[in-house]
Amino acid sequence: MNFVVGILFSGIAMIILILIPWVGVGAFDLRLVFGIIVPYLALATFFVGIVLRVINWARSPVPFRIPTTAGQQWSLPWIKPNRIDNPKGTGGVVVRMIFEVLLFRSLFRNTRLEFRKGPKITYEWEKWLWLAALVFHYSFLVIFLRHFRFFLDPVPAFIHILERLDGFLQMGPLPVSGLGVPEVYITDMLLLLALLYLFLRRLYVHQTRYISLPADYFPLFLLLTLGLTGVLMRYFLRVDLTAVKELAIGLVKFHPKVPEGIGVIFYIHLFMLCTLIAYFPFSKLVHMAGIFLSPTRNLSNNSRFVRHINPWNYPVKVHTYEEYEDEFRDKMIEAGLPVEKMPEKAEEGAGAKEEEEKKE
Amino acid sequence: MSDLPKPEDLAKVKHLPPIWKGWMRTPVEIRSGIYCYGSKPANLEYVGMPNPREWSPVDEDWKLPDNWKQIFLDGLRERLEKFRSLKIFMDICVRCGACADKCHFFIGSGDPRNMPVLRAELLRSIYRKEYTTAGKILGRFAGAREMTYQVLKELWYYFFQCTECRRCSLFCPYGIDTAEITILGRELLNLLGLNTDWISAPVANCYRTGNHLGIQPHAYKDMIDFFVDDIEEITGVRLNPSFNRKGAEILFITPSGDVFADPGTYTCMGYLMLFHYLENLGLDLTWSTFASEGGNFGYFTSHEMAKRLNAKMYAEAKRLGVKWILGGECGHMWRVINQYMDTFNGPADFLEEPVSPITGTKFENAKTTKMVHITEFTADLIKQNKLKLDPSRNDNLVVTFHDSCNPARGMGLLEEPRYIIKNTCNHFYEMPDTTIREQTFCCGSGAGLNAGENMELRMRGGLPRANAVKYVHEKYGVNMMACICAIDRAALPTLMEYWVPEVGITGVHELVGNALILEGEKERKTDLRGEPLPGMEEEEEEENV
Amino acid sequence: MKLEQLLSQKGPGILGKWLNLALETYPSDAHRFLKKQKDRFANPVGTTIEREIKSLYEELLREIDPERVSPILDRIVRIRAVQEFSPSQAVAFIFSLKYLVRRELEKELRENELFDDLPGFEARVDEVGLLAFDIYMKCREKLYEIRAREARAEVSGLLRKAGMIGMVPVWKAGIEKDNGG
Repeated sequence: MNFVVGILFSGIAMIILILIPWVGVGAFDLRLVFGIIVPYLALATFFVGIVLRVINWARSPVPFRIPTTAGQQWSLPWIKPNRIDNPKGTGGVVVRMIFEVLLFRSLFRNTRLEFRKGPKITYEWEKWLWLAALVFHYSFLVIFLRHFRFFLDPVPAFIHILERLDGFLQMGPLPVSGLGVPEVYITDMLLLLALLYLFLRRLYVHQTRYISLPADYFPLFLLLTLGLTGVLMRYFLRVDLTAVKELAIGLVKFHPKVPEGIGVIFYIHLFMLCTLIAYFPFSKLVHMAGIFLSPTRNLSNNSRFVRHINPWNYPVKVHTYEEYEDEFRDKMIEAGLPVEKMPEKAEEGAGAKEEEEKKE
Repeated sequence: MSDLPKPEDLAKVKHLPPIWKGWMRTPVEIRSGIYCYGSKPANLEYVGMPNPREWSPVDEDWKLPDNWKQIFLDGLRERLEKFRSLKIFMDICVRCGACADKCHFFIGSGDPRNMPVLRAELLRSIYRKEYTTAGKILGRFAGAREMTYQVLKELWYYFFQCTECRRCSLFCPYGIDTAEITILGRELLNLLGLNTDWISAPVANCYRTGNHLGIQPHAYKDMIDFFVDDIEEITGVRLNPSFNRKGAEILFITPSGDVFADPGTYTCMGYLMLFHYLENLGLDLTWSTFASEGGNFGYFTSHEMAKRLNAKMYAEAKRLGVKWILGGECGHMWRVINQYMDTFNGPADFLEEPVSPITGTKFENAKTTKMVHITEFTADLIKQNKLKLDPSRNDNLVVTFHDSCNPARGMGLLEEPRYIIKNTCNHFYEMPDTTIREQTFCCGSGAGLNAGENMELRMRGGLPRANAVKYVHEKYGVNMMACICAIDRAALPTLMEYWVPEVGITGVHELVGNALILEGEKERKTDLRGEPLPGMEEEEEEENV
Repeated sequence: MKLEQLLSQKGPGILGKWLNLALETYPSDAHRFLKKQKDRFANPVGTTIEREIKSLYEELLREIDPERVSPILDRIVRIRAVQEFSPSQAVAFIFSLKYLVRRELEKELRENELFDDLPGFEARVDEVGLLAFDIYMKCREKLYEIRAREARAEVSGLLRKAGMIGMVPVWKAGIEKDNGG
């Protein structure tokens, strides 16, 4: 699999996915299917899939306590332990996980800037991956939350606040504001930029290009299409938002109905979202759930002072001391090493023992 | 000028661009200098491992059972059910590449399969083919591939090019640990009798004689007695260590490399001197010829084998009736003790919570495992002012410290050895931050790779470490690197000899042995290696004349 | 203008290309890492080659002094001697400099009528290349030597001195050859 085939494969899959709702709604007017049935199916797939996946993971036990320790252990009272990177108890683990999940701490560890050589500033900042990942995930979160205004009536105050913060560029002298275009959300732009960066990086960095699978390009394309259709809808191909909200609230309240007059672009957007959530449990995207179960991160380094139980621990065949002594008894006696059992020839053995005692 | 060769043609190497093929279609050639010899039948037989036979990795035919594929795949399924780590690590990698350039083998060789992510993908591709719907249907397009003979060889080749150092897991946003994948991968290979000689021989030896080197009880004692003679020659003090002694308070277990191979032997002398010094202060300690191995090459074979070899420690402690166990300087030994031992072979309820008989310090962090690391023990002694030390005896040394992978990333033992070094040496310099502590670079020979036949692999794997040593050697004049690992003490001298021949290797307790002022000792002229102490060079020469 | 002047003037451009040639001998997925990662501890191979190839180029502009050139070459060749190269591949990048100079500086060489001076420079490149081969061989010999030494060091010098070797089974022999010790 080289990267061209990988990209082509994902790209073609993507085009087909775009064509499905386009043709379905545009040509056959299957609004019911794409507005109601597919979303419900996708949601069901997502929830069932994720639950099954997590149950499947959880079914396998954690036989050993194998955290990756990234700092000083807790040992002598006068040595300062690193309670987060080498957690001794649950508290430390929680903080470590919060850092990991909210700030992508391990990714941030990427080689530091020190020891820059020579006067040249060509040194590449190693934290771009971390930054892009962070920007992408947080933009996605904000956009996700913003969409709640379609599902909730009345719209909660925090969503208004979020929208206002996100859209503060509107107040600036941006040319777009003059075009009668609604406020530009920063997160829309950041999301697309971050995705674009992640895609280009995958291609540009030889190592990642070499290891990338279609399954790595596909989610990026999917997210890009999702973002682009959203942006198109918002800024250029306006759709009837009241109708969209009607549809959304209908879905949430389980009284689904398909209002008239929503453009095809909306159905494409919705279909991309459905694909994403249905694809989620079966792809690498489950890292979102998996990180919480990762044994090198979510365990404390306490196995020397709190016993960790392996549920499938079983007895094994060992070489006992008795077997050992049986094989080497004579030599041990000769070398003056204490033994458990004296050899048959009682006298000789006793003699050896006495000698040994004398030595001591 | 067109008849001149293009510069590119000349310098380019044929193996160059696999990029158009992708790694799955690029076959692997098992090269000499990189691989270790195959396991010998007698060693597998002795411990009852499967498929004992004569074989060589470069042979076309590896003499596998007919149903090898089934055995491998069943083994994989079983391990997925038993280890959540494996399941998760198979599922959640996003191939972000953060780990790619963190592996010492990749840094030293540029071989793409030495990127941790790709090493794991070797196994992941099989997993996808067998256990995921997408993999079954889409095959290569889903990153899945059939398990074939060629794939098996590839797995073998690359799982024995990983030192289980965990540096990649530090940088992985999901904590994916290649060591875990390698450990389980090797476990699968061992189901088919595909171990290396360098691992299976020590395992068999350890099973039988209690230590990897196969030293029998009388010889073990003789060797220590010999160190006692040597110490007497140097210090004028006669030590009297005891073996297999029932009723002692503490059992001491160290890697057998320390009683057998230089420069570990000097570290061993350091332990002996420390114990002798403490005898008057109330130390009651015994060595054991049965539990005469701290290290555990079983850990490089399978979890089960690790448990079977580790069992000796508690068994011997119980038989001798000691209160707790003190462990010597060793790397993977301490990962096993910290993260596995109690789970494997505990509870050690016949032992007591360790208390230093000299300082009264309770080692609360060893409450259930009941085993204390000697640097924890000694650091405590120094802190409580129990040792008379003369660091100037190490003045000819400019020391740096190599964090061994396992104590660093599988335990967090970072400050204890440093504290000891700083109190026994006057000249100590750290290597750069990105190469020590939790980010430490591997010696390149861990996890059973310190054989002779794979020297090229070891040299390139150790290059990042050697490179940092070279830096402190050039900058501060460092001429000695301390470490707390027996494999390090065996492998690093070789690594240094190739890359930075001016730097030697020492255990931390060799430094202690040199600095420690024993009761009634004569004026020392040499260090434990028999080299003149600082200021004694001339006298030494005179004597030689 | 003299050839050396020209080479010195055009040094940065030639050097960059020469470095690329040397790094392109590594698997393609590693190029960018070797080239871009400038932290000498994170990327010893790339940074060492970059640093030393520069010194080497400077040395090539004057009479070759093996005393000076050898340590420079050593630092590059020592690395390549343990990597996936055949002996010729390990040192070939040196010779490629000749063709690189001819191609890159063709115009300047013609304008300044310096073609006649080239053989002198090229002979120096050859000399360095041959020197590199000597060093390569030395490194390989060293590898065998340390293999042998390590096999010996498995047994402590102290124990050898005490004549105790016979008591110790050899690691590699394992159980097989060690019946009864």
